[in-house]
Amino acid sequence: MRQFVLKRFGYSLLSLFLLSVTIFFFVRITGDPATLLTEPGASEADIAAIHHRFGLDRPLVVQYVLFIASLLRGDLGQSFYYQTPVMELYWSRLPNSLLLAAVAMTFSLIIGIPSGIIAAVRVGSVWDSLGKVFGLLGLSLPSFFIGMLMILFFSVYLGWLPSSGSGTALHVIMPAFALGWYFAAAHMRMTRSSMLEVLGSEYIKLARLKGLPQSLVIAKHAFKNALIPVLTLAGINLVLMINVAVIVETVFAWPGIGRLLYEGISFRDFPVVQGIVILGGTMIIGVNLLVDIVYAVIDPRIRLEA
Amino acid sequence: MSITTTTDVAAIEGPARLGLFRSRDFPWVPVLIILTIALVAVFADFLAPHNPEVGSLSARFKPPFWLAGGSMTYPLGTDQLGRDMLSRLIYGARVSMVVGFTAVIFAGVVGTTLGIISGYLGGWVDQIIMRITDAWLALPALTFAIFLAAIVGPSEMNIVIILALVYWTRYARIVRGEVLSLKEREFVRLAVVAGCSKWTIMRKHILPNVVNSAIVLASLMLGVVIVAEASLSFLGVGVPPPKPAWGLMLSDGKQGLMVGYWWLTVLPGLCIMLMVLSTNLLGDWLRVKLDPQLRQL
Repeated sequence: MRQFVLKRFGYSLLSLFLLSVTIFFFVRITGDPATLLTEPGASEADIAAIHHRFGLDRPLVVQYVLFIASLLRGDLGQSFYYQTPVMELYWSRLPNSLLLAAVAMTFSLIIGIPSGIIAAVRVGSVWDSLGKVFGLLGLSLPSFFIGMLMILFFSVYLGWLPSSGSGTALHVIMPAFALGWYFAAAHMRMTRSSMLEVLGSEYIKLARLKGLPQSLVIAKHAFKNALIPVLTLAGINLVLMINVAVIVETVFAWPGIGRLLYEGISFRDFPVVQGIVILGGTMIIGVNLLVDIVYAVIDPRIRLEA
Repeated sequence: MSITTTTDVAAIEGPARLGLFRSRDFPWVPVLIILTIALVAVFADFLAPHNPEVGSLSARFKPPFWLAGGSMTYPLGTDQLGRDMLSRLIYGARVSMVVGFTAVIFAGVVGTTLGIISGYLGGWVDQIIMRITDAWLALPALTFAIFLAAIVGPSEMNIVIILALVYWTRYARIVRGEVLSLKEREFVRLAVVAGCSKWTIMRKHILPNVVNSAIVLASLMLGVVIVAEASLSFLGVGVPPPKPAWGLMLSDGKQGLMVGYWWLTVLPGLCIMLMVLSTNLLGDWLRVKLDPQLRQL
């Protein structure tokens, strides 16, 4: 077990290392970072000063070590546009992203789990086909298109919901739905396949032989066990939601991390973009590690295999 | 999980590639949609009634012809710069097709090559390639693509390279798995005994046997890549304006959304949806037909 955890931990560190190297070198091979770090039209003296200040006149390896050292101190640099540390900006936007992700997750589970169960219990029926159509649409309809259609209907035509911004409970509904849509389809498919697997198992047959009514078999015996992989997926997806909401947040002007990323791109605010990608990547690598370890604790086969 | 469970039996009964088109469940509708979009993309120069990049400011925000104020001069209306929507959608098909297909092929070539090398050679080569693949897969693909695009700047070529860089890992992972079992098979062993070089074996004996999986994966990836391109364009780091890309058109359409100019967003959105839906349906069908092993993908 300890060996397994150490190995996985090593892989995660390697992933982080590759992430940092990629980011570090991409910034440098695609041009002088000083041009990214200054306003367009900066004087030569300014650029030279930037070079010296960020150590860009030193060898690459030294630069990389310095880059990592400041990362480890939690220093992601200073935003040009806001003139504040990137870390501070990130923390100020994080609560909004968490709120959006939490509501979106609730939506996706409320839609995904029941529809998945119905599709699995009534395999081959109309419900199952409807579920498949929904699963396919979830994959095929990009979130920004859903978002804009919703704005058109609920804000412009019906006038029920605010089209952008944040502050009230009404503001969160549309962005959360647009973000949760894709994940609802994913959770539906996962619930369906997991339910099908459980329903085919021996202990469900036994419960049926015992004479338990169908509803009880499904609710008490099948559902609980089928839920484990779905909740694992949901856990990973929650972290993903925080980090991939950039488009939904842009459509609805939701002041979360995604919107910060978008602002970073439009204002050429380079440290912000870099910081968000590093933090997001770290978060996702972290949650993958966590899931691997938890699974290995639950299921000894996994740790023996690896 | 797949939408094609009813076809499983058919896939087991007959040799996969024979009668692919005669098969009763051939997805005609998706294939026709993809072919139509492809033809539109190829013949955009002949089909488009107007220049997609130049508009007339006197004809801004014209609605489609069936609405009051619309005319057949601009059958699907005009955008905020008075450019013809129909022409932009037609040329947008070209952008989506070119970027989608080239990115999928680039990613496929890189991923398949590395997958074959990794699986066949094994040892430290395998270790290095697979660790890089794992690390890459751990990153959120779209965010990473946005980051890369934001640095290198918007251009069609850059988008293709970035999407290929972000998505090659999926091919590598699957192809490697196939190669691991292939290399234990008799025909590969015979080739070794016959004195073929490793390079020849990989090229002549392994590659033809993993091409099916790569094609299936490519058809499934096409939808993902097209959405990714639209997303990047939507965020302003994809295809640079004034080039007509569907994602860019949606993003521009935001300006008219609040006053109810729905055609600016709904039309390009529908195009993206049709395209992605069709490639997904085709990919699902191909998966069952060509490669029963990938059914659980």
